[in-house]
Amino acid sequence: MANRPAGTLYRGKVGMWSWVLHRITGIAIFFFLLVHVLDTALVRIDPAGYDAVIATYKTWYIGLGETGLVAAILFHSLNGIRIILIDFWRKGAKFQNIMFWIVIGLAALLFLGFAPRHLINVFSHI
Amino acid sequence: MSVVIETPRSRKRPGFNLEKYGWMYMRLSGVLLIILIFGHLFANLMVGEGIHAINFAFVAGKWASPFWQVWDVTMLVLALIHGTNGMRTLVNDYAEVEWIRRTLVWLLWIVCATLIVIGILALTTFTPCGDASSLATLAKDGANVASLCTGK
Repeated sequence: MANRPAGTLYRGKVGMWSWVLHRITGIAIFFFLLVHVLDTALVRIDPAGYDAVIATYKTWYIGLGETGLVAAILFHSLNGIRIILIDFWRKGAKFQNIMFWIVIGLAALLFLGFAPRHLINVFSHI
Repeated sequence: MSVVIETPRSRKRPGFNLEKYGWMYMRLSGVLLIILIFGHLFANLMVGEGIHAINFAFVAGKWASPFWQVWDVTMLVLALIHGTNGMRTLVNDYAEVEWIRRTLVWLLWIVCATLIVIGILALTTFTPCGDASSLATLAKDGANVASLCTGK
């Protein structure tokens, strides 16, 4: 493409997409947190109500949502470490690209450790 | 003759810079939250029957231990402030009308403070064996907390 600006290290590359993903996963985790604090607070005022709400967490469709939530948390956590390394490690900016792929790889590995276990728990009880 | 370009640097400004501490807080709390949330997920979703074991008795059992009380309160406060400050960054980036931006930021901190108060109250005033309605549920839930309450 002739009109594409040359020398851009950020736009359209790993640096940008990791930033976009960090925001999207952050928003998702934030809204879950709001709901999760409220539903857990039910134990104080309405034990039976708490059990009823938690029952919805055990359905297969919310179970799939939880799997996605954990994937979001894994990416956000590991990419957060990448951001800290870029800020504080002398060679952080130099290796930010490869660190992104290490983040993706580690997140995938941890996700593979989590997802089967959780999905079996969810789907063996429906 | 070579041209020497000095490394750009900003002059140190005197005074208290709240944004700087916000920036530092995101990194510090982030590291702690990784430990707290990974531990939380492991204890609640990976061990035993995972999500299927969670009910009132499960929470009562966990909160009978000061270890999990401290864990959960720390996680609650750190996570809500981390999340709220992150959302504030997004609002600052995308809200183009000043009064809407200000309103949203205020709203975020009000929600944050409210949930911290609700969460701390729920955890610190929690007495699963103390009131009748709880005990009725305990009987339904089984032996886990029932034995906890009778001290066996």
